[in-house]
Amino acid sequence: MKKVFERPKSLKDMPFHYCPGCTHGIAHRLVAEVIDELQVFEKAIAVAPVGCSVFCYEYFDCDAYQASHGRAPAVATGIKRVLPDRVVFTYQGDGDLAAIGTGEIVHSAARGENFTVIFINNAIYAMTGGQMAPTTLLGQKTTTTPFGRDHKLNGSPVRMSEMLSVLDGTAYAARVSLHNPANVTRAKKAIKKAFEVQIAGLGFSIVEVLSSCPTNWGLPPLKALKWLEDNMLPYYPLGEFKKPAEVI
Amino acid sequence: MAKILMKGNEAIGEGAVRAGCRYFFGYPITPQSELPHYLAKRMPEVGGLYLQAESEVASINMVFGAAGTGARVMTSSSGPGISLMQEGISYLAGAELPCVIVNMIRGGPGLGNIAPAQSDYFQATKGGGHGDYRLIVLAPASVQEIIDLMQDAFDLSDKYRNPVMLMGDGVLGQMMEPVEIGDQKPFELPEKPWAVTGRLRGKEKRLINSLYIVPENCEVHNFKLEKKYTGIKEAEQRWEEYRTEGAEMVMVAFGTSARICKSVVDRCREEGLPVGLLRPITLWPFPEKGIVRLVDSVKSFLTVEMNMGQMVEDVRLSVNGKRPVHFYGRVGGMIPVARDVYTEVKKIFNGGVA
Amino acid sequence: MHEGILIAGFGGQGVLSTGQLLAYSGMVEGKHVAWIPSYGPEMRGGTANCGVTIADSPISSPVVSEPTVLIAMNRPSLEKFEKVVVPGGIIFVNSSLINIKATRADVRTFYIPANDMAEEIGSSKVANNIILGALLELTRVVTTGAVEKSLYEVLPPHHHKMIPINLKALEVGAGLVRE
Ligand SMILES: Cc1ncc(C[n+]2csc(CCOP(=O)(O)OP(=O)(O)O)c2C)c(N)n1
Ligand code: SF4
Ligand SMILES: [Mg+2]
Repeated sequence: MKKVFERPKSLKDMPFHYCPGCTHGIAHRLVAEVIDELQVFEKAIAVAPVGCSVFCYEYFDCDAYQASHGRAPAVATGIKRVLPDRVVFTYQGDGDLAAIGTGEIVHSAARGENFTVIFINNAIYAMTGGQMAPTTLLGQKTTTTPFGRDHKLNGSPVRMSEMLSVLDGTAYAARVSLHNPANVTRAKKAIKKAFEVQIAGLGFSIVEVLSSCPTNWGLPPLKALKWLEDNMLPYYPLGEFKKPAEVI
Repeated sequence: MAKILMKGNEAIGEGAVRAGCRYFFGYPITPQSELPHYLAKRMPEVGGLYLQAESEVASINMVFGAAGTGARVMTSSSGPGISLMQEGISYLAGAELPCVIVNMIRGGPGLGNIAPAQSDYFQATKGGGHGDYRLIVLAPASVQEIIDLMQDAFDLSDKYRNPVMLMGDGVLGQMMEPVEIGDQKPFELPEKPWAVTGRLRGKEKRLINSLYIVPENCEVHNFKLEKKYTGIKEAEQRWEEYRTEGAEMVMVAFGTSARICKSVVDRCREEGLPVGLLRPITLWPFPEKGIVRLVDSVKSFLTVEMNMGQMVEDVRLSVNGKRPVHFYGRVGGMIPVARDVYTEVKKIFNGGVA
Repeated sequence: MHEGILIAGFGGQGVLSTGQLLAYSGMVEGKHVAWIPSYGPEMRGGTANCGVTIADSPISSPVVSEPTVLIAMNRPSLEKFEKVVVPGGIIFVNSSLINIKATRADVRTFYIPANDMAEEIGSSKVANNIILGALLELTRVVTTGAVEKSLYEVLPPHHHKMIPINLKALEVGAGLVRE
């Protein structure tokens, strides 16, 4: 009988520490499947962020680094400049990438650094207990916006993929979502494209992945996915904001 | 007066509000998050501002901006975030701006973990950032003392125009203890004739600055700072002594480790071992006077810290070779266990054998 | 007196607030008290625990590393913390949710079907207080009177109507272990 589902080889056989219903696990699996399919496991080097996915270096079975909060793109730059033929990717949350690490991500894109960024947007600082993230929606209650995010006090959520797509060095920028199976399939395609862009040496590639955090949103897993669909999709449109002509 | 049960991190927030602090800039990090959570609700109640920055680098520079206008302002973080603030702290010290910085220390180095530690002692007391400067560093050991020291922190920073750091750890931040907070006392903020507020009504020009491009001038500035620091060393050393009368051995410990040492002192005294404790409350200036007062009557010292031996260097400098100074430490987020410290004390009493 | 009480269970079982209630009651009686939760990534697995120390003398470390009493509200908590209880200590096992036995022979173990008993008296929310009642009866660490007084302080006014059933739970729990 043909196996229709198995654990990707690039993912270690161990339980995730993520909460039940957290989509970090799905994103991990997609990245690992892509690495398997492109047969770049031996060349892959992961850079883990600071955030709930800090332990992703345990799950991805390839070589890995653990970077300081927000600096993964700078670390990846260092790696890729020394080892240009390796397949380097960062895996970062929205606090990591869009707040403390804004400088690093913008300038890595501006320089057209040839690595791939997997950007998990869950509209919250999950690991530290549910504080406002730069991507937190207006009106969304968090532990540091107890009355809801107020535009006057905290400005509006940032759309990173659109922002980065206007830079010349960015070769590929897309936003995908994990709220249902059809979108998970689309997400995988985008992640694969991003890695292909890197392998073809075309420059900076980023896939923003809309993700759920049932724990800090205070919702059961299914309701969290619904909340994502109802609230995040209208503000964060899905799609490819930039893609190189050379790639499919 | 009625007591209430309060978390250490929340006590920092309430203590700050009561001391007249109305501006908080910060970035989330464990184990101090209950403080921003508390202030996000509390500041609007008193007409103050809680603003989440995009990083600690931004937080400390927001503090720089607000402090320069004369406002009572604070920020808070833990190890990795405090490291990022070092440049800003050096600028604050150079420009002589008052502010309060809270460090709830966690296990390091690097990302380490979020468990309690005291491994940022060097960073806080010996510089941390670049240049010759000092922070006043306060180390509470209970939730009540946190509330009380927050007032002192703001007062000292205004008095000396110097940043003050309050150092705790995850245990102090997370624990709840009974506290007496009493009624809010009316407070009056001191005049700040140096504050930059615009040249309204033709006021003289003021400048917040740490640039002294001519070396001669920069030296004069450093001499002036040094004079201030000497004054602080003279006037502000604080410590608590616990059962030091007749002690042959004195333990030296601050914060959470001091709490543990206190129970060791009690056990030793019950068994007739003459042991006492000196608990520094100011880590800088280090309470050298307290050590000097004891050094002749005591046979040895034992420093207990949640690090690999940092404050012990200041103890040794103060003891100045007159007595042996021993060290016992747990690190990486581990807390000394009273039984083990007791064993260490016995070992020293028995001439090194357990 | 120096009791170190470790209360552990799932997040949402109210173990943190039960610990706070106990600490508050000790404070009301003028004792030295400290409460500390576990914090950080541990929470991510969905477990929660807190340590409560109640003593006649100042408390050194609030971390309850060697509990005199363990209240295990779910199975992982029993498995994780059984071994650290001091010899001669007490383990309360919430047998509504834990279908295994404690293995220690040098401690006193009480199996209390707290959730079932709480349902019986009318609210699953007071399961923790059934065990708390048994704890007070056995250790006398604080009086029921102090707990009653504290309930008025820690519960918001619109929950004060829950106080009688909380007290009932304490009484039921105490009855279980009364010789
Ligand atoms: C310099 C520094 N500041 C703050 C922190 C604390 N911290 C850890 S994770 C995190 C935010 C994580 O949020 P995000 O990047 O959105 O990831 P998520 O947990 O939501 O997946 C913060 C602020 C840190 N480790 N280092
Ligand atoms: S806290 Fe949120 S992001 Fe973190 S593991 Fe749990 S569900 Fe996932
Ligand atoms: Mg996030």
